[in-house]
Amino acid sequence: MTRIVIVGAGPAGINAAETLLAHGRQPILLDEGRQAGGQGYRKPSPGLRLDMNALMGSEASKYQALHERFESLRGQIDYRPGTLVWGIDGKTLHLQQDGRATTLDYDALVIATGAMDRIAPMPGWTLPGVFGLGGAQVALKDQGCFIGRRVAFLGSSPLLALAARQYRALGAEVVVIADTTPFVRKLAALPALLNSPRTLLRGLAYLGGAMRAGVPVLHGVTPLAVAGDGHVESLLIRDAKGRERRFACDAVALGYGLKPETQLAELAGAQLAYDEAFRLWLPQADADGRAGDGLYLAGDGMTIGGADAAEASGALAAHALLADLGIPSDAAAVAALRRRASRLRAFQRGLSQAFAWPVAQIRALPDDVTLCRCEKVSLGEIRQAMAQELGPTEVNRVKAMTRCGMGRCQGRICGPALQEIVAGVGNIAGAEAGRLRMQAPIKPVALAAAKAGAS
Amino acid sequence: MADLAERDATRHRAQLVRAVARDGRAITLTIDGREVAATEDDSVLATILTHGPRLRHLEFGGEPRAGFCLMGACQDCWVWTAQGERLRACTTPVRAGMALLTLPPAFAAPGPFATP
Ligand SMILES: Cc1cc2nc3c(=O)[nH]c(=O)nc-3n(C[C@H](O)[C@H](O)[C@H](O)COP(=O)(O)OP(=O)(O)OC[C@H]3O[C@@H](n4cnc5c(N)ncnc54)[C@H](O)[C@@H]3O)c2cc1C
Ligand code: FES
Repeated sequence: MTRIVIVGAGPAGINAAETLLAHGRQPILLDEGRQAGGQGYRKPSPGLRLDMNALMGSEASKYQALHERFESLRGQIDYRPGTLVWGIDGKTLHLQQDGRATTLDYDALVIATGAMDRIAPMPGWTLPGVFGLGGAQVALKDQGCFIGRRVAFLGSSPLLALAARQYRALGAEVVVIADTTPFVRKLAALPALLNSPRTLLRGLAYLGGAMRAGVPVLHGVTPLAVAGDGHVESLLIRDAKGRERRFACDAVALGYGLKPETQLAELAGAQLAYDEAFRLWLPQADADGRAGDGLYLAGDGMTIGGADAAEASGALAAHALLADLGIPSDAAAVAALRRRASRLRAFQRGLSQAFAWPVAQIRALPDDVTLCRCEKVSLGEIRQAMAQELGPTEVNRVKAMTRCGMGRCQGRICGPALQEIVAGVGNIAGAEAGRLRMQAPIKPVALAAAKAGAS
Repeated sequence: MADLAERDATRHRAQLVRAVARDGRAITLTIDGREVAATEDDSVLATILTHGPRLRHLEFGGEPRAGFCLMGACQDCWVWTAQGERLRACTTPVRAGMALLTLPPAFAAPGPFATP
C-alpha cells in the first residue's frame, strides 16, 4: 500500500490527515512539536492554568473544534510527535526523534510546515528582551509567560494588535502598538481586505480596544532604536509627523508578518519563485497543492493564508493526492474548498499591502546594525563586500563572502532583509538578488543523531 | 545576606514574567550552580529567563542573548548542561536535577565571557 507521510500537525496537516482517513488511507503524521495544533492553534503545555477560550476570543470555537477533531483521529493514524524532519534524499526522510536519528521512506508526501515571524533588523534588536512577535504569543500560550512586564509591539502585522490584546487581557502593560505602514496604505488595501470582512472587523475591534484602554496606536512609524544596557530599557521611534518618541519598556515584540518554512519543500524538489507582493520566495504548486511527483504542499508553508486557508488547503492537498492514486473524491467538495482557499489567500495578499514589508526602511538602516544575529555580521560588512565585487552580486555570493546567512538558523531570520539589502545595493529587482539555498540538516541535529544517520 | 540581596537583584531583572501558574510536579535544578525551583513541563528557556536577564553569550564577541523566535527556528537559545550536552532552550522541557549552564562548560570557570 502507498505510504503517505504528512509533515506538520497544524490546521493544514490535521485536515489532510482527516481527509485521507475518511477515504480509507492511514497517513503517518510527523511533527517536531510535542503537541498537535501548529502555531495559531497551539495548545498550552500541560498544567498551565490558561483560559484558552478567553485568549483565543472569537477564534475559540475553531481552536476547540480542531483539537477535538484531532483527538478523534489520532488513534486511527500513525501520529509521531516530537519528530523533526531534518533532511530529504529522494523519497527518504531523515528524522530525529528523542535524540535518535532514523529514516522513513515515503511514496507520497504532504508538507504542511507552517510559517514563522518575518523580521526586519533595527538598531539594538539583538538585545535580550527583543523577541519575535509570534514568539511573544508562544511565550504566553506555551509557557504562560510574558516576554516582559512592559511590552512594546512593533512591526507591521495584524498579529501586533492580536498579541497586544492577549497580553493586555492577561495583565501585561502594553506601552505602544507601533506599525510601520502608513494609514493611507491600509485604506488603499481595503478592497482586497473586503474578501474577508469578518477578519477585517476583528482586527479593527482589537485596535479599538487598545485605543480605548489608552494604549498609543501609531501608524507610519520609523523604528530608530531599542536601547538599554545589556537588556531592553526603551524603544525609540519616529512617528508619522516626524517627532521622535521614546517608550520606556523592558521587552519589544517585533514582527512583519509571516514567512513560510519552505526548506523541506525545497529539499523535496519543489520549484521556488519570487513573489512580488509578499517579496518572498514561495514554493510553486497548482491550485490544489501539487508540487511534484508524489509531492503536495498545504497551509502557510506554501503561501501565507491564515488558519482557515490552511484548513481548506490541507483538505485540498489530500484530495489531490487521492485523485492521483485513482481514488474518486467528491468534486463539489473540492470545488468549494478551492473557492474558499483562493478567497482567503486573496485576503492575505491585501493584508500584505496593508501591513507592508518595510523595504525602504531596511535599505536605509545604518552600517553598524547587525543583520545576521547568528554570526554577528553587520549591514556595513554586506555593503563593503558588495562594493568590492565586480559585476552583479547575489545573496549566496554575499553569504560566502560575509558569512551572513551561514549560521545555525540558515538565514531564516536574516534572509528576507539580506535579500532587500543586496537588491538595494546592487540596484536590481528582488528576484535578481537570488535566493539563499537550503541544505540538510535544515535545523541543527544533535551530533549523536547525525552520526547514526550517516552510518 | 549579600547573597540574598544579589539573588533579589537578579530576580528583579528577570526577563520573562509568569502570567499564569502551572499545576504539576515541583522540581529543582541548577542554573550555573544556583538552585532554582521549576514545575515539570516548564521550558529550559522559561526557567532560566524567569530567574535572570539572559540565556547565553554569543560565540562571536560574547554579547548577551535571551533567545529570539521562541519557536525553534532561530537557534539563538542553545545552552549547555554540566554533562556537556547541548540543549535548545525554547523547545526543551526541564527535568529534575538538570544542571544548566549559560556558558559553555570550558568557560564555566571564570573566563572571557563570565557573567559578573
Ligand atoms: C507564532 C505564530 C503565532 C500565530 N498566531 C496566530 C493567531 O493567534 N491567530 C491566527 O489566526 N493565526 C496565527 N498565526 C498564523 C498561523 O500560522 C496560521 O493561522 C496557521 O497556524 C497555519 O497553519 P499550518 O497548518 O499551515 O501551519 P502551522 O500551524 O504553523 O503548523 C505547522 C506545523 O509543522 C511543524 N513542522 C514544521 N517544520 C517541521 C519539520 N521540519 N519537522 C517536523 N515538524 C515540522 C511545526 O511544528 C508545526 O506544528 C500564527 C503564526 C505563528 C508563526
Ligand atoms: S529562541 Fe529561537 S530557537 Fe529557541
